[in-house]
Amino acid sequence: MSITTVKPTGTPGGKPSPSDLKAARLPRWSPYVIAVGSLAVGCGIGLAADLDSRMQWGLIAAILFVGVSYFLSATVEGGRQAKDRLATSVVWVMFLLAVVPLASLIYETVKRGSKVLDGYFLTHSMGVVADDEAGGGIYHALIGTLEQVGLACLIAVPIGLLTAIYLVEYGRGKLAKTVTFFVDVMTGIPSIVAGLFVLSFWILMLGFGPSGWAGAMALSILMMPVVVRSTEEMLKLVPNELREASLALGVPKWRTILKVVLPTAIGGITTGVMLAVARIAGETAPVLLLVWGTPVINSDPFKDAQASLPLYIYQQYQSGNQVGYDRAWAAALALIVFIMILNIVARGIARWKAPKTGR
Amino acid sequence: MAKRIDVSGLNAYYGSHKAIEDISMTVEPRSVTAFIGPSGCGKSTFLRTLNRMHEVTPGGRVEGKVMLDGDDLYGSGVDPVNVRRTIGMVFQRPNPFPTMSIFDNVAAGLKLNGSYKKSELNDVVEKSLKGANLWNEVKDRLNKPGSGLSGGQQQRLCIARAIAVEPQVLLMDEPCSALDPISTLAIEDLIGELKERFTIVIVTHNMQQAARVSDRTAFFNLSAVGQPGKLIEIDETERIFSNPSVQATEDYISGRFG
Repeated sequence: MSITTVKPTGTPGGKPSPSDLKAARLPRWSPYVIAVGSLAVGCGIGLAADLDSRMQWGLIAAILFVGVSYFLSATVEGGRQAKDRLATSVVWVMFLLAVVPLASLIYETVKRGSKVLDGYFLTHSMGVVADDEAGGGIYHALIGTLEQVGLACLIAVPIGLLTAIYLVEYGRGKLAKTVTFFVDVMTGIPSIVAGLFVLSFWILMLGFGPSGWAGAMALSILMMPVVVRSTEEMLKLVPNELREASLALGVPKWRTILKVVLPTAIGGITTGVMLAVARIAGETAPVLLLVWGTPVINSDPFKDAQASLPLYIYQQYQSGNQVGYDRAWAAALALIVFIMILNIVARGIARWKAPKTGR
Repeated sequence: MAKRIDVSGLNAYYGSHKAIEDISMTVEPRSVTAFIGPSGCGKSTFLRTLNRMHEVTPGGRVEGKVMLDGDDLYGSGVDPVNVRRTIGMVFQRPNPFPTMSIFDNVAAGLKLNGSYKKSELNDVVEKSLKGANLWNEVKDRLNKPGSGLSGGQQQRLCIARAIAVEPQVLLMDEPCSALDPISTLAIEDLIGELKERFTIVIVTHNMQQAARVSDRTAFFNLSAVGQPGKLIEIDETERIFSNPSVQATEDYISGRFG
């Protein structure tokens, strides 16, 4: 190799450096040391100044971490690297800030919820249990949630899917714009308003009683725009070349959509639907207005009041005694696990159906 | 099998923009016709009007006549789906269906149209893959996804997919522009074999390629950016590249253009 004739030159600052391509760097372990150091100093300041909120200790440590890593880097490595460190440390701090409430929420729910959550709790209702008596369970609420969410899906998913297909594959001009606008408006409907709408239409005007079905109608109103939006985004991601390839084979447009476009996007669509399910499974307001809640098992969603998990949590907490709190936390844990299982299933489907790239 | 295409007085638009103007030509059966010309002169647009793919683009519309052995492709009552079954197309970038295996990709035209017998399918796939010179490379992994093949193999897979539905005419829109020279050579050899059975129209930016593979060459040009593209001349490839009758053609192929 005879090309490497670049001679070592000094930097403008006067410090000699072996090569122009190399620059002074903080050691690799420095961020960790700075983090531990600023955490210690943060706790020290907190103790010394007698701040009782641990949040304040943490925030002081976070600000110290960001500041110290910036100034250390600025003196040793120079301005550009310092900005890079600044961005990196801010990202880390923000990430931790986001994770702290999530982790503490899960910790708290598991700690308090696991007290009474067992097989008995999952398979018994509150039918013969008084509010201030231990025992009872969420079986009736679980059935109610499953049926209401299932019915809401049956209404919202086909309508949402077909709307999204219309918007992406067929919609042109005014009608499509109007539909998009109203879908956006629907996304912002507060759940209590959807509940009130179904209440006035189904129960007050048409004179039906409360039922899981009425709740499912309100939930489907909340679910539909989410399904439309996410499906639309996924369909837009399908390359136009695939549609053209199919059309050029003499495949009609509807078959192209059914056999080429939808299978390509099915993973993302499933995820979107599951997210929408997760959203409505935790809705309380419409259920309170339309399903009313009941302590006994009612597995017929079309007749009489039903229970549901979020409503159960609300009612148990409202009862204002320790056994009620325990049941509420256990039901909350069950709801979180239920949604998590749905999400895992959705991810499984998405991975299984996703376009394959292996050789 | 192969059919003749007669185009007369063809204009194509994108919305109100006229992309190509007043094109008339004849594409001979069982031959390779190459379209050359600068970017934006409407070669691809014109190619897409030949199997009614142009109207798939929003705002795309066509005036004029395209006759396939006497049938007007744009006549009333003509179903574009049937036109595309008769006139197949291969695109610039290889686009195998990512959700399908190699086998299903080749069988896609038949399967998606719903009119096939299971027993025939194996034969059709083998025949098409052999026709596209891909059989030996993929016969042991027909159930693997098509997107796992190399670019050149993917493009040959797309050709196999196009010829599996037994079209009369095969349109190729710069089929080699995303490929390396070896894959390009494979596709060019393939074009030479395919012209025994199909009428082939190929758009290319590579003039050596046009000279190598085509029997007749058409030169397109546009007078200025934003003006519609026009057919300057069409003639035997040999004549176009040795002694073209229009000065613009000679300027373009000798590199003195613009």
